[in-house]
Amino acid sequence: MSANARDAILAEVRKSLAGRRRANHSTDPSGDAPAARLEGHARNLIPDRTAGGRAANVALFIKMIEGVSGTVERVASASEVPKVVAGYLARHNLPPKLAMAPDSRLTSLPWAAQPLLEIRQGAARESDQVALTGTFAAVAETGTLMMASFADRPNTLNFLPDNHVVVVAVKDLVGTYEDAWDRLRAAGGLPRTTTFITGPSRTSDIELVPTLGAHGPRRLHVILIEDAG
Amino acid sequence: MELTSPRFKANVRDALKKPNLKTAMGRLISTMGPRRLAARAGLPEFERLCDQARDIKNHTLANLDFYLEAYEAKLRASGGTLHWCRTPEEARATILDLCRQADARTVTKGKSMIAEEIGLNEFLEANGIEPVETDLGEYIIQIAGEAPSHIIAPAVHKTKEEIADLFFEKHQRYGLPKRSEPKDLVDDARKILRPRYIAADVGITGANFLIAETGSSVIVTNEGNGDLTQSLPKMHIVVASLEKLVPTLEDVTTILRVLARSATGQEFSTYTTFSTGPRRADDLDGPADYHVILLDNGRSRLLGTEFQDMLRCIRCGACMNNCPVYAAIGGHAYGSTYVGPMGAVLTPSLVGLADSHHLPNASSFCGRCEEVCPMRIPLPKLMRAYREQSFAAKLGPAPERWALAAWAFAAKRPRLYRLVSEAAARLLGNHGARRGAFRRLPLAGGWTGGRDLPAPEGRTFHSLWRERRRAGAA
Ligand code: SF4
Repeated sequence: MSANARDAILAEVRKSLAGRRRANHSTDPSGDAPAARLEGHARNLIPDRTAGGRAANVALFIKMIEGVSGTVERVASASEVPKVVAGYLARHNLPPKLAMAPDSRLTSLPWAAQPLLEIRQGAARESDQVALTGTFAAVAETGTLMMASFADRPNTLNFLPDNHVVVVAVKDLVGTYEDAWDRLRAAGGLPRTTTFITGPSRTSDIELVPTLGAHGPRRLHVILIEDAG
Repeated sequence: MELTSPRFKANVRDALKKPNLKTAMGRLISTMGPRRLAARAGLPEFERLCDQARDIKNHTLANLDFYLEAYEAKLRASGGTLHWCRTPEEARATILDLCRQADARTVTKGKSMIAEEIGLNEFLEANGIEPVETDLGEYIIQIAGEAPSHIIAPAVHKTKEEIADLFFEKHQRYGLPKRSEPKDLVDDARKILRPRYIAADVGITGANFLIAETGSSVIVTNEGNGDLTQSLPKMHIVVASLEKLVPTLEDVTTILRVLARSATGQEFSTYTTFSTGPRRADDLDGPADYHVILLDNGRSRLLGTEFQDMLRCIRCGACMNNCPVYAAIGGHAYGSTYVGPMGAVLTPSLVGLADSHHLPNASSFCGRCEEVCPMRIPLPKLMRAYREQSFAAKLGPAPERWALAAWAFAAKRPRLYRLVSEAAARLLGNHGARRGAFRRLPLAGGWTGGRDLPAPEGRTFHSLWRERRRAGAA
């Protein structure tokens, strides 16, 4: 069925488009040749809001995350992350347990300094309450985290546990989504799942009242590392 | 769903009698309009981005054969499988086949209008597979046994009291107490659906976009349900249609900048997820199989016609959120999968005018829908084109056609038109002068049933115009 359907649909598409093509009625204001467009990765209009430079983009990133009910904590260096994570769990009355991505940027942190913390590495399980992950890039434009599901970054950690703590290095903060795409292409292209996350899970399906924690994480907490390393 | 568009007028009469519907629709209009405007005001480039979004889709549609084949090649290279389907029947049969290959007993579903279009849930149930809707709005209408009344807020016609009653009735077997605040209802649904995600054998989602450059499918959600639906089961099936194609990641990014702002007034939706093939060899999670259903269902025939413009639609819902007719009658009255102004154009395109010729009449031609459409779709013009087609095909009631034909005859003959309209204005002016309005008019009972017709002053515009010109020249 499929091969027939494929040919029939493509034939119908070509037949329908033929009239316009013959009439040379360009419905294509950009005039791009399609093959070149796929190769070129040309950017369309980029909004101005991220043109203010690094410091302004850090401030914008934080403002945008807080605007969608996420929280941000700034630390001077990566070595502070374990202490800050333990503090987060205590503050929210959560058991001292983490499901952590086996991402070397996280596993290399000084966890021994938090001996009470029970850490399991791997994909998420139903019983996990807190996930700790890194991020591929962070986008200042809308306070968005770009997660790429490489082998050391299982995607279920982003969605299954109630609390999602994300470690972001300032050097991974870019202005726009397009900047993040360029980085991902340079890293070898799209993994199975690439997710942009902007705030904790929410719904407005009951009387349009914005309500947090629909199916994904109820809380999204970003730990922003200022140092360059 | 069963198409009840042929009964549109009766549907409208019923809808107007429902007090809760009026409350719910009033809330939609007063909430969503301002939210969109605020988001638009927050991005000075918004209107220019809309122009570019339109151009991107025009370019894609003009080269759709090329982009479809490019997409197919990339999808295959990433390990996914593409299934071309001409009709809803072919799409349903293909999905059932895949579910059987996976030995599926339950499938979880993210929100998909294409799944609604092909009537997937009823079909799966009839074949012994339980579909579980996971988007909260879709879940609500699934357990209520209803169809969506809005393309992005499917249960917007229900008040929280109605949802609380419904949940109490359906959730008693889980031992849940009656609760009525939105946050508690959301929590109840979360509790009930959690184990369903984990138990499901197959996850079915829609696609907001398909990317030719990478072979990816894209979903845009706020709840995260679509992501759990596609990450946990061993098979992920995407249900999409031809016009979802977009060339590059840059192109989809431009469209994403106007989508959320137009739809919900958000800067960006909470989750925008690009799925590219099945899980990779070293991945710790993700589906082992990835299939994309690519539905035509009449879309290819719209290319090259004036209705091609409709294929730019990104299903943001702004046109219905700003439509006075939709606000008055709600989505169910349309009797079709797609509702509001976009549905009034898309439904005739997909199912034919014979069954849906009332829908293009569901417009006051105020033009709001076109004004707010981020893809610049000339919805009123397309509705008018369908009105012309149904007039030509004699689909309307005979008296209406005769009246229009008589008017057209006169309108093409200026002297006759002036004579007749002046006589009519005088007649109506004389009879209505006392009250200033008519409560009832012969042959126009439908129109005067709900309002008065203001009486003309006794003169026509033409004659006043002539008089002024003469006075001005003197
Ligand atoms: S017609 Fe325009 S406004 Fe309506 S849903 Fe489609 S894109 Fe949105």
